[in-house]
Amino acid sequence: MTDATMEIRMQVMWNRLISVVEEQAMTLLRTAFSTSVREAGDLSAGVFDPQGRMLAQAVTGTPGHVNTMAEAVGHFIEAIGRDNMFPGDTYVTNDPWLGTGHLHDITMVSPSFLGETLVGFFACTAHVVDVGGRGFGADGKSVYEEGIQIPIMKFAEKGRVNADLVRLIRANVREPNQVVGDFYSLAACNDVGHRRLIGMMGEIGLASLDALGEFIFSRTRSATLDRIRALPQGAWDNVLDTDGYDDPVRLAARVEIAGDVVHCDFTGSAPISRWGINVPVIYTKAYASYALKCVIAPDIPNNWASLQAFTISSPENILNAPRPAPVSVRHVIGHLVPDLVLGALAKALPGQVLAEGAASLWNIHMSVRPVAGQGGRRAEILMFNSGGMGARPGLDGLSATAFPSGVMTMPIEATEHTGPIVVWRKELRPDSGGDGEYRGGLGQVIEIEPLPGHEFDFSAMFDRVNHPAKGRDGGGPGAAGGVALDDGTKLKPKGWQHVPAGRRLILHLPGGGGFGDPANRALADRQADLTKGYVTTPAKGDTA
Amino acid sequence: MPADPARPPVRLGADIGGTFTDIVLEVGDRLYSTKILTDYTAPEQPILDGITLLLAEAGLSPADLDIVIHGTTLATNALIERRGARTAFVTTEGFRDVVEMRTENRFDQYDLNLRLPLPLVPREDRFPVAGRIGAEGQELAPLDEAALEALADHIAKGDYGAVAIGFIHSYMNPAHERRARDIIAARVDLPISISAEVSPQMREFERFNTVCANAYVRPQMADYLKRLQIRLAETGATCPVYMIHSGGGLIDVDTAAEFPVRLVESGPAGGAIFAADIARRFRLDRVVSYDMGGTTAKICLIEDFAPKTARSFEVARTTRFAKGSGMPISIPVIEMIEIGAGGGSIAWVDSMGRIQTGPESAASEPGPACYQRGGARPAITDADLVLGKIDPDNFAGGAIRLSRPAAETAIAQEVGNRLSLATEAAAFGICEVVDENMANAARVHAVENGKNIADNMMIAFGGAAPLHAARLCEKLGIDRCLVPPGAGVGSAIGFLRAPFGYEALMSKVTRLSAFDPAAINALLADLRATAEGFVRAGSAGTIRRETTAFMRYVGQGWEIPVTLPDHPFTAADIPALRRAFQDNYARFFGRAIDGLDGLEIEVVTWSVKAQDERPAPPRHHLTTGQGSIAPSQTRPIFDPTAAKALPSAIHDRASLPPGARISGPAVIVERETATVVTAPFDAVMQSDGSLLLLRKEPTP
Repeated sequence: MTDATMEIRMQVMWNRLISVVEEQAMTLLRTAFSTSVREAGDLSAGVFDPQGRMLAQAVTGTPGHVNTMAEAVGHFIEAIGRDNMFPGDTYVTNDPWLGTGHLHDITMVSPSFLGETLVGFFACTAHVVDVGGRGFGADGKSVYEEGIQIPIMKFAEKGRVNADLVRLIRANVREPNQVVGDFYSLAACNDVGHRRLIGMMGEIGLASLDALGEFIFSRTRSATLDRIRALPQGAWDNVLDTDGYDDPVRLAARVEIAGDVVHCDFTGSAPISRWGINVPVIYTKAYASYALKCVIAPDIPNNWASLQAFTISSPENILNAPRPAPVSVRHVIGHLVPDLVLGALAKALPGQVLAEGAASLWNIHMSVRPVAGQGGRRAEILMFNSGGMGARPGLDGLSATAFPSGVMTMPIEATEHTGPIVVWRKELRPDSGGDGEYRGGLGQVIEIEPLPGHEFDFSAMFDRVNHPAKGRDGGGPGAAGGVALDDGTKLKPKGWQHVPAGRRLILHLPGGGGFGDPANRALADRQADLTKGYVTTPAKGDTA
Repeated sequence: MPADPARPPVRLGADIGGTFTDIVLEVGDRLYSTKILTDYTAPEQPILDGITLLLAEAGLSPADLDIVIHGTTLATNALIERRGARTAFVTTEGFRDVVEMRTENRFDQYDLNLRLPLPLVPREDRFPVAGRIGAEGQELAPLDEAALEALADHIAKGDYGAVAIGFIHSYMNPAHERRARDIIAARVDLPISISAEVSPQMREFERFNTVCANAYVRPQMADYLKRLQIRLAETGATCPVYMIHSGGGLIDVDTAAEFPVRLVESGPAGGAIFAADIARRFRLDRVVSYDMGGTTAKICLIEDFAPKTARSFEVARTTRFAKGSGMPISIPVIEMIEIGAGGGSIAWVDSMGRIQTGPESAASEPGPACYQRGGARPAITDADLVLGKIDPDNFAGGAIRLSRPAAETAIAQEVGNRLSLATEAAAFGICEVVDENMANAARVHAVENGKNIADNMMIAFGGAAPLHAARLCEKLGIDRCLVPPGAGVGSAIGFLRAPFGYEALMSKVTRLSAFDPAAINALLADLRATAEGFVRAGSAGTIRRETTAFMRYVGQGWEIPVTLPDHPFTAADIPALRRAFQDNYARFFGRAIDGLDGLEIEVVTWSVKAQDERPAPPRHHLTTGQGSIAPSQTRPIFDPTAAKALPSAIHDRASLPPGARISGPAVIVERETATVVTAPFDAVMQSDGSLLLLRKEPTP
């Protein structure tokens, strides 16, 4: 075969590999039980070489999972050992430090054998509805209170499911059918990936993925390096103040571009919290790398080689919290890491980096039950909701859109079928986007009431209530978030709280910061904001 | 109407596409066809011109026409180009922004400059009204009728062309939507569409968007359809006009004017029906149809001679055909996957040094570089030409002379030089990438339907498909592919084969443990009446019904279709329903989930599809032929498996007798395209004029 046709075959196989992991992710979406996976896409899927280096990831998925999973596979290889791996095996963990940052995420890894030869691994991750313990929330004092811990172990050996593990899980979680169902979905999706890969290797006549892996990594590495070498060299700092649980939490970062590497250090960030808002460093790294890649190399495929270009360090602190720190809602602080890191990068690349946004998803977990003495239904309901994204250089921010997370919201009609609540309002929040030449994205307003005869407790996992998103380059801040009852009672942004029968929970989700001097905003844009009701009062000095 | 009962029926199919309007006239078993450039200002004109032309050819007059069947991309284009009516959208208080907030995510994870598609109805034209139906269909808050009256007056004074109404949970209980329509209709003289009628399915974003889309295109489509009927009548035609809908059936013009969103994607639906008809002709029960034209390729699964259908799809994708960049339409539709891969798709090199193809297309102007109409960037057609798959002197029957040097220059400049590849290798790369993209799309599409693509036979049509079909089969592990005659106007021929058919759907979440046979029987009876009503508007033939439940385990979010027996249900049917679901589930996902305590199964949506029985097409049998035919000439053609040019036989399709067998590598040329037979394949001429591509040895 000539070099030219080899080149083309490699390109074609790379495409095929991406299609294989897309099939893998699709299988997970279609079979999953948790709304977080099936409606919201809180999952990831990827294929790895025998050394545990990620070759390709599914487009479907969210960065917090993808980039953590990319690291996790190495831990699996180490823990299980090559000699103990057999065709038909599936390995599992929910270890926050070896997996994706909290116990609710189940990561599964399956070896892929071509005959007797190990040719790669498939991995996938999904957020399940319950892992026992205190439930999804920030109130645990250590990881031991947050649910059942599954160290890296076999979910299935040679095709036989580990029945003891299944019994143990069933006994420990509130929704055993859904959780065990999701375990099966995860295993099935790796299996689909494996079958497609072996089919592809047979069709093409490949005995290993070595040459293909080398091709993918060398192409990716050189394209990524081209981008990094075009950046200014130096180091830049940023701090970001966030709500924390009961006291504000400061996050600090230094981004250093030196040679072929972009390095991020989190020295100066707040110490480990007493509450479950701590972040294992694997998750910090996932979101820091993601943010940097979005600005520096957005079009380069995400794999081991592109992730190599971004390195992380941190002393022990809230962004590098070791076991047994509580980490259940690590996403709240973790989702703020991109704003933190991009704030430093913006100093290196002035005028090129978007403003801060709502960042953290406003997830709400509700435990609904009938009022004592009355008939009715119990239900666990999880909703994902997003505030506004920061304004971009040249474009307004996206309203009510998840960033950095990649998840979707659930349809209200689907949510109301899962339990006895009514969502009375879920719409854009006027006047919440930061002013600027480019306006920040709007947050949203959500009103939820238990159905007559019911009440609920909910776990608040919200940020930017006391620390709104800042604008960039003269842009104004986005509106802060708010949590209250309809009678005016103010509620806390974190922790389990109660909504009695007949009352409505009212959430005001934060808006994104503006970009650029408000004086430069085009008159037509200001007029459109008023016409559409994104803004309800004309800006000062505005004649429109 | 035919005066002479022995006279053969005269039927006409007209498909308005993006570039061409295809017209096919069928008189008994004779087919006449023509392609005329689409006219965007008067879309009916090319149809009338084509009718005149073909009737003259057949020696008939407009009065002889028995039926005109029409499909059009006009509704699709109006959505893509945002050329619809200013629409007022009346919705539930608290949910003004459902169509703007979409799914709250970004369809591209890494593009920070992402633009989301704008809603069809801007915020200032969306009007919330108090009133609320709950998830069980119960009224939680009464409709604010006074506010509606004031709103109606406001709409009447505004510059609106249409009204859409979409309330939360209206698929469970449409009372508020109907009442709101009555109130507004009393004060506003505009067409009003309500979501419970246009798309009675759960998931508010999809349903609201669908009703908005319907309202948005309604005035324009109603005008066009009226004009078409008038102009047809002026020619002396007295026959009825029927429209093909996205689900692949026929509806009368009045229904189409009321629910024009059902016309979206009707052209591609015709292509799928065309392939289904060929499948039926040869009794092929598992088929994948592959339609590749100038800008896109469409792939559809056809089982038991019927195209697969779905309950929703995405139209008007704004960014590189990316999933999530368009708008969802939830109506019954022939399910197909469409990707930006056509003869005009542009090839380029990305920042990683990887060859990419499409979705940008050179279209007909400037066209591929080899057309020499100013196109400087290489298209798939240029690569096909350089590899010898197309004869430059005999393209489109010699109507356009293609320039091989122009194609070589474009490929060298844009691809070859950047990758240090010789021009022929670069052309090979372009074809491999586009073929691989299509293969991946087909594979994923099959998986999404719980099928293995390699189990299917392919039917390839559209101008560019015969050039790529054999290689696609190699990639997909498919052993047999038919290339039917008339492939260039396949959709319009498909229209003539379409049944009078309609699918009525209703979401009603029902657990098997709480299955109320009487209530379900009543619901299905309603759906049957609706579906059959549409069929009866155009056909007195025998009606075939298919009842489907979309089911899942309680807690899942994705339903799989389960075909139900066509009889009234009793409690005794429940175990069979459970079994049928578990069997289907295992077929989709490998294994059913058992052993979970009390894991329930539920039905989310119910569907009744009704259609009239079409006369079976004349039966043909696949022949594998024998012997081999000596070529009239040979020419070197690049073979992808050998990765070099091989001397290849050139045959004229029209001169091949049935049973003739040709060994690949070879090219079989015809007026509009050429069928490439790669080295692993033979080609056999069939009794109906189709070519069968047959793998020399079955895949191991």
